[in-house]
Amino acid sequence: MPLDSPAPIAPYPRHGSNSGQPLTRRDGELKVTGRATYAADNHPADLLYAVTAVSSIARGRVTALDVAAAKAHPGVVEVFTPANRPPLAHDPDVKLGMFGFRIEVLQDDGVRYVNQPIALVVAETLEAAVEGAALLNQQYEAQPARTGLDDGERYAPAAVGVGAPAHTAYGDLDAGFAAADQIVETDITTPAQFHNAMEPHSVVAQWDGDDHLTLDMGNQALVMSRDAYAVYFGIPAQNVLIRSPFLGGGFGSKAILNGPQILAILAARQLKRPVKLALSRAQMYGPVGHRGRTWQRLRLGLDGEGRITALHHQSTAATSSFEDFLEPAASASLHAYASPAILAETQGLRLDTGTPGPMRAPGEASGSAALEVAIDAAADACGMDPLEFRLLNYAETEPGTGRPYSSKALRECYSEGAKRFGWAGRPLQPRQMRDENGMLVGWGMGTALFPCPHFPAEARATLRADGTALVETAGVDMGQGAWTALAQIAAEALGLDPEQVEFRSGVSDLPDAGVAGGSGHTASAGLALHNAGEDAIARLAELAGADPASPLFGAGNIGVVARAGRLHRRDDEGRSESYADILARTGKSMVVGTGRMARDDAAAQAWAMYSNGAVFAEVKVDPDLGVVRVTRLVGAFAAGRIINPRLVRSQYYGGMIWGLSFALHEAAQTDRRTGRIMNADLSEYRVPVNADVPSVEAILVPEEDRYVNPLGIKGVGEIGVTGTVGAIANAVRHATGVRVSRFPIRIEDLL
Amino acid sequence: MNRFDYIRPASAAEAFAEAARPGSAYLAAGTNLLDLMKGGAARPDRLVDISRLPGLDRIETLADGGVRIGALVRNADLAYDAGIQRRFPAVSEALLSGASPQLRNAATLGGNLLQRTRCPYFYDVASACNRRTPGSGCDALHGENRLHAVLGWSEHCIATHPSDLCVPLVGLDAVVELEGPGGAREVQLEALHCLPGATPERETVLAPGELIVAVRLPPQGAGLAAHSRYLKVRERTSFAFAVVSAFAGLELDGGTIRTARVALGGVAARPWRARTAEAALEGAPASPDSFARAAEIALADAHPSGENGFKIALARRLIVRALKDALAGTPEAPAALPASPFAPHPGADHAA
Repeated sequence: MPLDSPAPIAPYPRHGSNSGQPLTRRDGELKVTGRATYAADNHPADLLYAVTAVSSIARGRVTALDVAAAKAHPGVVEVFTPANRPPLAHDPDVKLGMFGFRIEVLQDDGVRYVNQPIALVVAETLEAAVEGAALLNQQYEAQPARTGLDDGERYAPAAVGVGAPAHTAYGDLDAGFAAADQIVETDITTPAQFHNAMEPHSVVAQWDGDDHLTLDMGNQALVMSRDAYAVYFGIPAQNVLIRSPFLGGGFGSKAILNGPQILAILAARQLKRPVKLALSRAQMYGPVGHRGRTWQRLRLGLDGEGRITALHHQSTAATSSFEDFLEPAASASLHAYASPAILAETQGLRLDTGTPGPMRAPGEASGSAALEVAIDAAADACGMDPLEFRLLNYAETEPGTGRPYSSKALRECYSEGAKRFGWAGRPLQPRQMRDENGMLVGWGMGTALFPCPHFPAEARATLRADGTALVETAGVDMGQGAWTALAQIAAEALGLDPEQVEFRSGVSDLPDAGVAGGSGHTASAGLALHNAGEDAIARLAELAGADPASPLFGAGNIGVVARAGRLHRRDDEGRSESYADILARTGKSMVVGTGRMARDDAAAQAWAMYSNGAVFAEVKVDPDLGVVRVTRLVGAFAAGRIINPRLVRSQYYGGMIWGLSFALHEAAQTDRRTGRIMNADLSEYRVPVNADVPSVEAILVPEEDRYVNPLGIKGVGEIGVTGTVGAIANAVRHATGVRVSRFPIRIEDLL
Repeated sequence: MNRFDYIRPASAAEAFAEAARPGSAYLAAGTNLLDLMKGGAARPDRLVDISRLPGLDRIETLADGGVRIGALVRNADLAYDAGIQRRFPAVSEALLSGASPQLRNAATLGGNLLQRTRCPYFYDVASACNRRTPGSGCDALHGENRLHAVLGWSEHCIATHPSDLCVPLVGLDAVVELEGPGGAREVQLEALHCLPGATPERETVLAPGELIVAVRLPPQGAGLAAHSRYLKVRERTSFAFAVVSAFAGLELDGGTIRTARVALGGVAARPWRARTAEAALEGAPASPDSFARAAEIALADAHPSGENGFKIALARRLIVRALKDALAGTPEAPAALPASPFAPHPGADHAA
């Protein structure tokens, strides 16, 4: 592992605490010098290259594949089709576990979506494999593609997202609307979006015999995936090793098993040679998930003073013909604003598309986009300033349940953000502001919200004879900075500087760190590391306390404080001993502590837990040409205790830029006749460039949370997306007077 | 990618002979061709690499005051050439509004002229495309076509030519020098690209093996240097092809327009010279009314080829804006955001 030796870190002044320090990334130097190895950087001896041939139709079956032509191409070693695909130990049409999906792995000749794998070509070179796949010249019996509201099959789903209810009601909606002075309706559609991680899904699979498997792959859930691969290949879980030191982005798409990678692993087993597979950019538009399309309608009942009397959020969410993942957009309205009655409900729509999946802020992003536009429209209808309207409808307790919040510094977010942005004095009416070049200027805002899920996690901390420590958990760094932030948490628990802590992570044979998802990785894995560190310190204190030769002898009941590599008596800090001395005198080479994520279930039930924020956007719009530029974004977020403000700010920036992308850029262009995605590349599937983001600012609003978990950490990875989309749409409305009904907003919408 | 031969000819004559054989393609920087080959949209049997042919990478001022630009001059070198910036500023602005610095460092002048359409159906080998596979049909016609042609298209093809550079070049009467197996000849840039008609696969008037060796800008174009602008509407601020772009150049006689040049990009299978609009402007007062009338005339023959009717209105407005900017005077220094309506003045804040 490249991080076995701690990377040098620029010294920061520390005052007794490692968390809260803006340390630079421990892995930064490796990354900028190209020494950080991503999955496809692995080149074991005797390597073969696998390429999937993919369907060009959306529905039907494959009737012919010219396997002979592909195999005749120089360098091609084998072609796998449904006729010769080696067996799997688990039926791929049966879901496996909470994050399990039905997977397309050549189980039959059926085609369920465009870009579905229909064969796997394995060759001595990548070029030969690619050409072999092209030579298959597949023929089909095609059926009409179902690509939209008109031809998709609607159904009442059992659940949305990952097991959330499809229908949630609080209070009496009819009474709420009956009590309203006016009802404001907002319709919003959101497109299919694709994760488009910089690093494509890739794997290097090596078998040792028939029952030991090593996988180099970007993976957001190491131990969970290890267990699932073991089931698919019929081997014990401990025989599977996944190495994933770095991910070039995951965003939810690398937490779930997918067909191409399983096929490559099968090929490696069959051919008894290591096999590498890396999807092309275009091949990522199908078998590895996406954010599904939504058609949303919000109805807000409003009383004469601008209070919400009823909130009804309906969403129709697209999924594949054979599997359910419904973007839980309507759920975003359940927790954001006070209302005596709320109904969130989702209808499913089956299309001939790859199965959607969780994509950064699944549901929260698309639901918040619609909700924040609806809130702006409601404020408009009441003649109120959008911030004033939000404050009037501020949820003092969790809507529906009435639970108190474990912490909620949203008011401070509103005020800090508004002050920094300069919101005061914003004219109520649209089209009131111009810049010196005659561009229309608009200001809009949105509320950001994200829950605080935790995942089971474990960790181990070893204090070594030289006074340094080794901490271990199978954590995941997909760019967010886990190598650094998790080490900071561990170092703090151990009373050491991060330089003195060797951190092993990113490998599945370490203690399970859970899923890097749901914005819960730092809290979950961090808590496990913290507890492991405290356990190690407690064991060390026990050794010292029982040793008459130690200055800490007898400190058992009084307790000790761990600081700077020494234990101090709590009642007399002058009496202390270094870790190394304690171990040396007691003849131990090490002390090992273990810990797990432990949240007080009663507290988790008693309190409502969310990260909060407010996003303010300024846009300029060319009055003649309809071109939009987001000239300023200011977000203020409160997410409990901040372990590393540099990394957290970076997460907020990334989230807000993602929101900008949602508002103005990203959309899969699906040909409605064929289901083919016509912009499956980074040229035409647009994400923002630097010039689109001239100014983005994130304010870290202090917040202390005594209940969310013992460390007080909430999540920061996804919240930046929420709020931002609506803020930009609302700013466009303020600039132009045009209330959009679809994302992304386009030039022709504003001409 | 198919297996192909790679040939690096030692002389122009050898290049012409190799390239005239069926299945050959010239390779310079390959910024477009290699993408097409990786995706299977182009499958040449033979690449004739001309990037090392001598003498094609110079920018020369001619005796008559014109400029001759070698076909292998890189986009970045051309954009930052002091003479080009001074005398043909819109050429520089158009270049800098396209692609990315990395691509501009590699891409060549000849390749820019001959780049293929960005129509997604042309790139997608599973789709029908008359331009890629003659007679197969046009899936763009009733497909995802909001960015397709509104001028000069046919039922057989609605693709556009994506170049930024070609738009001011065609407005400046650029002449393309060709050499090939049949000797040397010249064509006006305006006549280099073919409209699709019934044969969209015929994209240019080049004969097999013929090579662009240089582009000449006549000296008259420098007369527009004080009043010219290239503007580009795109869907992000950088690294995007034009939805519509416009070049406008004026020579003024007091308040009257003596000479006008107007060209559009992103609207047709060729860079679109709006000669009727120019004729309407010349002799007219340099006023918003004249500009609006010229914009109407320029788009008089435009028709949507699909869900792209907005491009017609957009093109009219962009012509008016480009003419207004040209009238106000060419920016003294390259704009912070080249060709963007958001940075109309020199020294404007990049963050504005």
